[in-house]
Amino acid sequence: MARAKAEVGRPTGGLLRWIDDRFPLTKTLKYHVTEYYASKNFNIWYVFGVLSFVVLVIQIVTGIFLTMNYKPSAAEAFASVEYIMRDVEWGWLIRYMHSTGASFFFIVVYLHMFRAMLYGSYKKPRELVWVIGMLIFFVLMAEAFAGYLLPWGQMSYWGAQVIISLFGAIPVVGDGLVEFIKGDYSISDITLNRFFALHVIALPLLLIALVFVHIVALHEVGSSNPDGIEIKDHKGPDGVPLDGVAFHPYHTSKDLLYIVIFLMIFSAVVFFAPEMGGFFLEHANFEPANVRATPEHIAPVWYFTPYYAILRAVPDKLGGAMLMAVAVLLPLFLPWLDKARVRSIRYRGWMYKSALSLFVVSFIVLGWLGLQPSEGIYVLLARIFTLIYFLFFVLMPWYTSIDKTKPVPDRVVYNA
Amino acid sequence: MTEDAVDNNRRHFLTLATGAVGVAGIGLAAVPFLSSLKPSARAQALGAPVEVPLSTIEPGQMARVLWRGKLIFVLRRDEAMLARLADGIHQLRDPDSGVVEQQPEYAANDTRSVRPEYLVVEGSCTHLGCAPLEDFEVRPSEDWHGGFFCPCHGSKFDLAGRVHKGVPAPLNLRVPPYRFVRDDLILIGQDTGAA
Repeated sequence: MARAKAEVGRPTGGLLRWIDDRFPLTKTLKYHVTEYYASKNFNIWYVFGVLSFVVLVIQIVTGIFLTMNYKPSAAEAFASVEYIMRDVEWGWLIRYMHSTGASFFFIVVYLHMFRAMLYGSYKKPRELVWVIGMLIFFVLMAEAFAGYLLPWGQMSYWGAQVIISLFGAIPVVGDGLVEFIKGDYSISDITLNRFFALHVIALPLLLIALVFVHIVALHEVGSSNPDGIEIKDHKGPDGVPLDGVAFHPYHTSKDLLYIVIFLMIFSAVVFFAPEMGGFFLEHANFEPANVRATPEHIAPVWYFTPYYAILRAVPDKLGGAMLMAVAVLLPLFLPWLDKARVRSIRYRGWMYKSALSLFVVSFIVLGWLGLQPSEGIYVLLARIFTLIYFLFFVLMPWYTSIDKTKPVPDRVVYNA
Repeated sequence: MTEDAVDNNRRHFLTLATGAVGVAGIGLAAVPFLSSLKPSARAQALGAPVEVPLSTIEPGQMARVLWRGKLIFVLRRDEAMLARLADGIHQLRDPDSGVVEQQPEYAANDTRSVRPEYLVVEGSCTHLGCAPLEDFEVRPSEDWHGGFFCPCHGSKFDLAGRVHKGVPAPLNLRVPPYRFVRDDLILIGQDTGAA
């Protein structure tokens, strides 16, 4: 009898049974997929996690195929990208998917992060999910930066020059560190070769490992929801949360629809506007790297411009670099800066709503300012919006603790 | 103490000792890997000094050469340019070359050069490494006495590569080691021997 009881719910024979006796396949699938319960009132904001995963897959697959024709040497890199674009069958498609994928990665990740800020997804007990997510964001920034050097165009070269020079702002060790990163006295073939190694193996491995840990942590504490309440507090007799539905088939079939819509938008960009007017692929990068001349107007790709604007807002090298580093790191501490008793924006007061709106405006305006020349009114504006960006975080413990909140419902609601 | 009893002190010591040896081992094993990232023997060899003939540079003109892959400006200043060096001195952050790392001792003078006529500086803005543009025109209305302008973040330098106040670049343009081999030939990257 004891034996029969232990075997309830396990396949009685065949290959699956054979595997399950040796590896927790059915158990894992149940735990993470068919019996992972997430709230039934998810709205569109909850799709960007899945979409980030879709883009990750696109980047890995297109990346592998690009590697087969790309040459990581200063003498050949630029020409090999041209070769991929012109001579390799469908090479242009694979490369445009990869370059467009980079921008879309940041679009969906920024929206995914904003979702957490809307619904307080980072609050207890999901602090680690958020922290691991932020680590993914940092690695993603490094990955994008390393990848941008590879075409060896003018903007690749000078963009890398500017970012690597930031490390030179560190007192005492700065100059040595810069030389260590470059592996040479200037950005050269050696630098390109090692950035290639970082971009195609070191950082992607780290990225995939972190994504795995991100999901394991999420499935331990359970997904948040637009009401910011714990669905695990109300379980049916079968132990299943009353407001939860299984990830598969319910959430997956909904996600599939969104994935199709996402791929339609993605394809439209890949086919009709892969350069996106210079935002996704900068015009200066259609010229090979030239050590002797900086492009007249140098700007990072759009997803780095908010931080770049903060860097330029400070008329001091070390100060600017430090302020930018702090701006990137600050969101990491959101779980501890936010003192509100409720999680979701639905039940928060006017103070947090206003603060979050101002933050979004400052992030977008800083992003725009990062593309403008660093002069006159733009510098003043950059300083004002940098201040707003920082005040959002610095004042958060204060305004979230005195903000009036509304009562939170027991069970999830659809239209709040 | 019986044979079965656990000696926690001993166990604690062994754990710490094992950990310490492990960390030391990883530290030592990391040395070759980290060292492999430093400029290699070939990179160092390619960073050998370069000769720059001066006969082809007209007064008031500038040559761009590469040394260790870095852009080097060789500017032949005419009399008027040299005379203007004093005009903008009030705009400068470090007019007397006080920051010692930015030039060899022999270039820490009013013209920041071995011979007043020739300015040799790295064409790399001390802010974030962009290549400054030459702007040798004089515009009294803007209090501009000629010099270099960085297109990236607006840093300005005078005709001796000295940085202006109130710009992002913190330091004067760096003067590489160099020496005159003959009156019309300089060697950049090496300053030992005859100067």
